[in-house]
Amino acid sequence: MNRQQLLDLYFMEARSKLIDLAAFLDRIDRGEGSADFRFDAFKRALGELAKGEPQRAKNVLLSLSDPTTEPIERSPGKGAVGAYPNTEAK
Amino acid sequence: MRYIEPHAHMVSRTTDDYEAMITAGCAAVCEPAFWAGFDRSGVQGFYDYFCQLTDYEPKRAAKYALPHFCWLCINPKESEDMVLADEVLSIIPYFLDRPTVLGIGEIGLNKNTRNELKVLERHIDLAAKHDQLILVHTPHLEDKLKGTKLIVDALKADSRIKPERVIIDHVEEHTVDLVLDAGFWAGITLYPESKVNAARAVDIIEHADVHRIWMNSACDWGHSVPLAVPRAAAELRKRGHSAEAIDGLIFGNPQRFLGQSPRFKTA
Ligand SMILES: [Zn+2]
Repeated sequence: MNRQQLLDLYFMEARSKLIDLAAFLDRIDRGEGSADFRFDAFKRALGELAKGEPQRAKNVLLSLSDPTTEPIERSPGKGAVGAYPNTEAK
Repeated sequence: MRYIEPHAHMVSRTTDDYEAMITAGCAAVCEPAFWAGFDRSGVQGFYDYFCQLTDYEPKRAAKYALPHFCWLCINPKESEDMVLADEVLSIIPYFLDRPTVLGIGEIGLNKNTRNELKVLERHIDLAAKHDQLILVHTPHLEDKLKGTKLIVDALKADSRIKPERVIIDHVEEHTVDLVLDAGFWAGITLYPESKVNAARAVDIIEHADVHRIWMNSACDWGHSVPLAVPRAAAELRKRGHSAEAIDGLIFGNPQRFLGQSPRFKTA
């Protein structure tokens, strides 16, 4: 598909998600107290969009991933939270 | 349109979903063993679950003329307790001869712990000893990249395992190449929030070797969509893919992988 066709198909949806994202950032700003590591990880991942590189989705996912390679000793629980505290250590 | 749903937790769904799936063209459904949303209290709970997967659920699906198959294991979410895991591993061979069992799955990792990895290796050994197909679950969110690498390494470390008989599921943009480049099949799970949506699935398909990819809904007791595969087919059509190419992806590919088990058949 050409760019025009892809815009016809996805622009409105992406526009809506972009505004959702902006509203989410505003909402966090207006909230009280301090944000945890997830917000820093989120902002770092946002930076991937501005780089203009071809694999933005992959790079966002990589930036939100645990960069370590060894299995951990014990499970801290069953769930995942979507970001890793020390991604800057990469 | 015809399609195969290669990964769905139908014990968590209502008969309305069976009705909707066959109306959309579903020709077979496969159900990997899974976490119940709570920890089972002992091996007896797994025995009952395996009976449900191999006996009751195929009968329920048969009322909709839908062939139902399953995979057996203890899910990685319950693999921290090694004593329980070993007890469950010991009863699986009694079920492997049942006529709708396709293999061992969905095994894998959840939080990438040492115990989970040991239990994964024991499942791989069980599959190799009994010459079973393998279906692997990769961890969620921030744990997926590391877990996928550990899983690929564990599978490659066992020389008895043939990559073309293993599917590694829940791949995303950052893990699909790790899986395909190592010779395994890759599953794309279509989930409303935490995994891949239809547009991203089509993006992945357009940039990867599609011959070893399937799509699934992995619908379960959580927020999920049993018709995610036919909806992704609609997305493929909007994106200009031919009817033949779509059929290859949603029917031909899963049939080719699952057909490695002589038990698998479609309606
Ligand atoms: Zn599953």
